[in-house]
Amino acid sequence: MSVLKTSNLTKKFGGFTALNGVDIEVNKGEVFGFIGPNGAGKSTTIRILLGILKATEGEAKIFGMDVWKDAVEIHKRIAYVPGDMNLWPNLTGGEVIDLFVKLRGTNNKSRREELIKKFNLDPSKKCRTYSKGNRQKVALIAAFSSDADLYILDEPTSGLDPLMERVFQECVMDAKREGKSILLSSHILSEVEKLCDKVAIIRQGQVIETGTLNELRHLTRTNLLVETKEALSSLHEIKGVHNIEKKGQAYSFQVDSVELDNVMKYVSQFGIVKLESAPPTLEDLFMRHYEGAGKTSNTGAGGAL
Amino acid sequence: MSKQLYINTRRLTRLILRRDRIRIPVWLLSLSVLTFIVANAFTSLYSTEQERQIAAETMRNPAMTAMLGPGYGLDNYTNGAMMAHQMLLFTALAVGIMSILFVARHTRADEEEGRIEMIRSLPVGRLSNLQASILVSVGANLLLALIIGFGLYALGIKSMDLEGSLLYGAALGAIGIIFTAITALFAQLTVTSRGTIGFSIAILLLSYLIRAIGDVSNQALSWFSPLGWVLSSEVYVNNYWWPILLTIGVSFILVIISLYLNAIRDLEAGFIPAKPGREYASSFLQSPLGLALRLQRTGLIAWAVGMLILGASYGSVLGDIESYFSNNEMMEKMLTPAAGFSLTEQFLTMLMKIISMICTIPPLMAIFKLKGEEKKNRTEHLLSRAVSRSRLMGSYCIVSIVSAFVMLSLAAIGLGAVGNSVMEEGIPFGTFYSAAMAYLPAIWVMIGIALLFIGLAPKLSSLTWVYLTYSFFVIYLGGLLQFPEWMGKLSPFGYIPQLPIEEMDFMKVSILTIIAIVLMVIGFIGYKKRDIQG
Repeated sequence: MSVLKTSNLTKKFGGFTALNGVDIEVNKGEVFGFIGPNGAGKSTTIRILLGILKATEGEAKIFGMDVWKDAVEIHKRIAYVPGDMNLWPNLTGGEVIDLFVKLRGTNNKSRREELIKKFNLDPSKKCRTYSKGNRQKVALIAAFSSDADLYILDEPTSGLDPLMERVFQECVMDAKREGKSILLSSHILSEVEKLCDKVAIIRQGQVIETGTLNELRHLTRTNLLVETKEALSSLHEIKGVHNIEKKGQAYSFQVDSVELDNVMKYVSQFGIVKLESAPPTLEDLFMRHYEGAGKTSNTGAGGAL
Repeated sequence: MSKQLYINTRRLTRLILRRDRIRIPVWLLSLSVLTFIVANAFTSLYSTEQERQIAAETMRNPAMTAMLGPGYGLDNYTNGAMMAHQMLLFTALAVGIMSILFVARHTRADEEEGRIEMIRSLPVGRLSNLQASILVSVGANLLLALIIGFGLYALGIKSMDLEGSLLYGAALGAIGIIFTAITALFAQLTVTSRGTIGFSIAILLLSYLIRAIGDVSNQALSWFSPLGWVLSSEVYVNNYWWPILLTIGVSFILVIISLYLNAIRDLEAGFIPAKPGREYASSFLQSPLGLALRLQRTGLIAWAVGMLILGASYGSVLGDIESYFSNNEMMEKMLTPAAGFSLTEQFLTMLMKIISMICTIPPLMAIFKLKGEEKKNRTEHLLSRAVSRSRLMGSYCIVSIVSAFVMLSLAAIGLGAVGNSVMEEGIPFGTFYSAAMAYLPAIWVMIGIALLFIGLAPKLSSLTWVYLTYSFFVIYLGGLLQFPEWMGKLSPFGYIPQLPIEEMDFMKVSILTIIAIVLMVIGFIGYKKRDIQG
C-alpha cells in the first residue's frame, strides 16, 4: 500500500528548475532512501511534501491526501527531522521537544524520557548552548517520541557522533518493525545501505535510478579479484570488463553484471588459483552515475559531490 | 600581576578600532551633533530672560524633578543652566548605552561566539582583550568629552563658558567610563552577552530610578546613583568638578575588580551560574499562540513599561501647558485653535496623535516577528507539524492586536493619572481614555497593511515602517510646516476624530475598521498560498 506518492513533481524558482518531474513512491512499512549530492533537489522535494513549498506542476500525495491542501491533516501523522535546525535560543531543549510533540497532537511521555536518556541530551539547557549534534538530537527525540505513521528525515544524522548514529539507526529499525514508513534523505551511503529497502537517486532535479538495492546492483558491475596459474592475457578485450588493475600476481577488475557468465568462462581457461567477488557498494553505484554525468553537468546550484 | 597577562594588548586595541571604525565615529558624531543642535535650539527658542524664567517656573514641580533631575539655577535660568538641566541626564543615558553595547560586544559576545578562544590560542595575554576593550571604550568617552566640551564652548553662547562646557563634556564622559567599568564587571559575572547587556542596562535604569525617587523625596538616596553624582556637578551654575573625580575613581576600582575576576576564571565561564532551564514546557507554551507570546515576552513587557512612562511624562507637563503655550510661538502654531476648549485639551489631541503612533510600533514589531521567524527557518518547525498557516498567522495577529490595545491603554492611564495630579482643574479620566481608544482602528489598519505585506510581498514589508514614519511627519509636523490637508488624509491616523475637541465619528471609524479587516483577510489568503521562504 502506497503511503507517499509523487508524480511528475516539478518546482521552478523563477527561471531555475529545481525539480523536473520527480516520481517516488514509498509503501507502508518501507524504509526509502533518497540520495543525491548537495543541491540535487532532495530538500526541495521534502519541503514540497511538507506543504511548505507549492509544487509548480505535478502531484504529491501522502496517505492519499494532497500535500498542499491537506497539510495539517497529514502532519498529524508524520514526523519530520530537518538536517539543520535553527532553534529559539532562549527556550530549553526540553521545552522545544514538548512544544513540537504537542503541536503534532500525540504525546508519549515515557518514550520521551527513554529517548532523552538514549541520546544523552540535557533537556534543561537553553538551545543557544547546544552544539549542532545536540540540536539534531532535539529534533530526533521530538520526532521519535511522537506516534507517526510516516517519518520524513532530511540528513538526520549530520553532526551526530558514531555512537548516536547507532542509536538513530535503532530508532529507525524499531519504527520499521512497528510497520511505520520512513523517507530517509542522506548522503551517508553506508547508512542508507544498512537501513533502506528501496533507494532513489536524484540528480539535478530528476530521479535517475530507483528500485531495491538488489535491482540496482543488477544493473551494475561486480568487483572481482582473480589470481590464475597462467598469466591472464587480453583481459581488456573481453566485453564488459572495466577498470583492470594488476595487484601483485592478481588482477582486480569490474564486470558488467550481464556479462559475468562470459567473463568467468574466459578467465577459468587460465586456471583459477584465487577468486574474490564483492557486490558493488552503493557508493560504486552512486559514483558511477555521477562520474558519467560529471563531464556534462556543471550547472545546478552546487551540484558537485 | 605579571606582565604576561597583558601581552599584545596594543595589537588587540588596533583590532577593536579596526572592527569599529564606523561604529565609534557614528556614535560620537550623533551624540555631539545632537547636543549642539539642542543647545542652539534652546538659545533661539528662549532668547529673552523673561521667556527663560517662565520656562524655569514650569520646572518647579516634582514630576519635572523626577524626570530631569533637581532644578538648580532656576532663579537665574540661563541658557547654559537650561541646557545642563534638561539635556545632560538624557544624553548621559545615551552615552551609558553606547558604552554598555560597546564593551559587551567586545568582551562577552566575542567570548560566547568562540572568537576569544581563537585569540587566546595565539600568544596573547589572558587579560589583554578585556584591557584593550576598556582602553578603547575609555578613549572613545574621553574623545566625546573633549568634542562636546570644546564644541559647546565654540557655539559662542553667552552663558556657556569654557569651564562649564568642559565640565558638561566631562560629566558625559564620566558616565560612559563608569558604565564601561560596570559592563566589564558583568561580562565576568554572566555567561551570555544578553546577560551582560541586560544586567548593565538594568543598573543604568535603576540609577535613573533611584535618582528620580531621591531627588523628589530624599537627596541622600541619589548618592547611590552614578547619574545622581554627575548631576550634582551643577554644570554652568556652580561647576563642581569633584563628582566627576568620584565617578572616575569608582570606575577605576570596578575595572581592577573585573580584571582580577577575569584573571581567575575559566574561559567561557561566569560567576553567576546559569540556572538550568525548564525540562518540560509549561502547558501555556505548547501552542503557536503561547510560543508567539513567549518569544516576545521581554520585549512586550519593556514596551508596556515604556508606554506607561511615556504617558506619565507627557502627563507631567499638562499642569503648565497654559502658561507655557501663551509664551511659545512655535508651539502655538502646531495647535489649531478651537473655541470653547482649554489649551490643555487642545494639546491633548496632539499628544494623542503622537502617543497612538508610538503605540503602533510594538504591534507592528509583534506581527513582523512572524516574518523574522520565517527568515530564520523556524516557522517550518511549526508548519511541518499539525499547525495550519492561518492558525500560525492568527496567533501573531492576536498578539499584535492585543498589544495595540494594551500599549494604548497604558499610555492613556499614565497620561491621565499623572496629568490629573499636576493640573489644577482636572480632566475626567474617561476623556483621556476614550481619546486614546479612538485611535485603535488606525492602528488596526497599520497591522492590516503589515499582514498584507507578509502575505503577498514579504520582501517589501519594511514599507510599512516608511508609511508609519510618513504618518508621523504629516500628522505631527503637518500643522507647523503648513502641509496641505490631503497629505494628512493619506494616513489612517488623519481620519481619527480628535476627541475631546471633535465629536466621535462612528462612520469614519467603522470604515477604517472594515478596511483593516479587508487588508488582514487578503494577508491571510496570500500567506496560505505562497511558498515559505528562508
